[in-house]
Amino acid sequence: MNEIYERLSKVFTEVFDEDITVTPDTTAADIEDWDSLTHITLISAIEDEFRMKFSMKEVVGMNNVGELADIVASRRKR
Amino acid sequence: MNTPTFIELKRNNKKDFSSFPAVKVGIIGDCATQHIAVALRGWGYEKKLDINVFDSDYNQIDAQTMDPASELYEFSPSYVAVINCTDKLYQRFCETPLDARKDFAATVCESMVAVWKRVSSNCRARIIQFNFPAWDDRVFGDYGAKTADSFVFQTRKLNMLLAEMSMEYKNVFVCDIDGIQSRVGESALRDSKMFCIAKMPFRTDILPIIARAVTDIILSAEGKFKKCAVLDLDNTLWGGVVGDDGTDGIQIGELGTGHAFTQFQHWLKELKNRGIILCVCSKNNEENAKDPFINHPEMVLRLEDISVFVANWEDKASNIRHIRDVLNIGMDSMVFIDDNPFEREVVRSLIPEITVPDIPENPEDYVDFLRNEELFGTASYSVEDRNRTDQYRAEAERVSLQSRCNDYDQYLESLEMVAEAKPFDTYHFPRIAQLTQRSNQFNLRTVRYTEQEIENITSDDKYITLYFTLKDKFGDHGLISAVIMEKREKELFVNTYLMSCRVLKRGMEEFIINTMVKTAAENGFERVVGEYLPTPKNAMVKDIYEKLGFTRVNDNLFTADTESFVYNKTHIQKG
Repeated sequence: MNEIYERLSKVFTEVFDEDITVTPDTTAADIEDWDSLTHITLISAIEDEFRMKFSMKEVVGMNNVGELADIVASRRKR
Repeated sequence: MNTPTFIELKRNNKKDFSSFPAVKVGIIGDCATQHIAVALRGWGYEKKLDINVFDSDYNQIDAQTMDPASELYEFSPSYVAVINCTDKLYQRFCETPLDARKDFAATVCESMVAVWKRVSSNCRARIIQFNFPAWDDRVFGDYGAKTADSFVFQTRKLNMLLAEMSMEYKNVFVCDIDGIQSRVGESALRDSKMFCIAKMPFRTDILPIIARAVTDIILSAEGKFKKCAVLDLDNTLWGGVVGDDGTDGIQIGELGTGHAFTQFQHWLKELKNRGIILCVCSKNNEENAKDPFINHPEMVLRLEDISVFVANWEDKASNIRHIRDVLNIGMDSMVFIDDNPFEREVVRSLIPEITVPDIPENPEDYVDFLRNEELFGTASYSVEDRNRTDQYRAEAERVSLQSRCNDYDQYLESLEMVAEAKPFDTYHFPRIAQLTQRSNQFNLRTVRYTEQEIENITSDDKYITLYFTLKDKFGDHGLISAVIMEKREKELFVNTYLMSCRVLKRGMEEFIINTMVKTAAENGFERVVGEYLPTPKNAMVKDIYEKLGFTRVNDNLFTADTESFVYNKTHIQKG
């Protein structure tokens, strides 16, 4: 799980162009530039990083980085 | 070049664009376009272009184009990108009654052309129209390819109709998104959840490629495109080393590995047919180097396809500079193609302006690699393009006559030059528009025009137009100059005065200036006023008006009195 958070932090840093360390509790409210537009960029970047795809429902439904990381982790078990 | 990612392009948006030329682009679409806007500005940075983007809100095509006071028109863009997406097209198709579906493409095309017309009547922008990446719902299976009732049939037809209409509407350029999809594949282009949740028709990964396509159209229309390919010979145009293996020993032709080089030569020949000048620059002795072009039965390229042929043991950078001088074109409009990474690196470091693609090691990959480099885009094409090679070859003969004549006047006299001056006509619109786009050096004000704009000027009473042709005993240069003069009460203001550099210093400059003043006098004008607007490339003409008899008013403005003007002497007969 730690490895997932490390890699997510790397992606966030890249997308938002500032040093970001994400925790399970991080939400859009914590990062200034995290708007609907950047959300799409972020989702694409995470899909590329972990070579997986989110479903539409997951993209719309996730509330914090913890939920996002759980989805990534569950995909890898399969 | 390596394609930057969307995130890199996004980061480019924050960089300093202040030293780049600026161009305004308005975006309207029936889908979410914000990411495209970000990618486009970011790609502009890569190409040293300050693309100011006005991105209208979602689904604003009609609102922004119908209202003459809209934000789009207020922005006064030079280009308007119209982004229609296939997802919306499919929705519209599904809502179309079954018996109307056969006419679906024609109906949609009509409504899209209506948008072009509205944009053109409200602003001077050129239009960049996205076409539709075909998407097949497969409800007919492959039968969809043979029935006019299927969506895929109507989409393909619509793309073809748009292509046809854009030939008629010269201000419209098609951005071939369907072509991009056929190169990268449907799954690389779209992600259905992105359209569902964000109305985005494209994956973010593909946005750099789309931004590149739009930027290439803009750069071509702004006159920045390639004119010449300089080619190495051994292991580039054929396999093997002709100096060692002999003409019968090189690999070219149907059999075996030679076929890869045949394919490459076919591709180069097509470039030549569309107006790219081909030159040879090879480390060889000249006789050996030319022999395959003359004697090998399976060579596709022949000596007459090559405008300047340089084979010697000098360094390639010097030889390329020599080729540039003979052709009189900008180094940034040249591409150097050589299989040897060492030669490429030397040329790149000594001539930073030239483009040097890193062609792959295997010859069978040359064409696929080069076509994806997108080096040879253009914003115009005319019949004159086909003759360009002959014209440059004749130029080489003139250079050789010149070296035999003792005195330049005697040389000019011996050329037996005849020039014509006529008002613009329909037949020449494409060539004239192309000259306004191509000419950088001998261009006093560097105003770029599309065919549509040239047509409008020709039919407008406010202007007097002149085009010039020149021929001599070696051949016909064709249409080499265009002049547009604007009537301003008692004076004629020279809006455009440009000339192809290949007829420089023949007395044509003088002939054109004489004709301008004479035309003004015949039409009862008191003065001709000329202006020089400096660009990084047109310094050669900064004093031309003064040299040819005009009086300097200030740094950039010159005037000639039609009554007292002293006409320049030339060796050119009026045809």
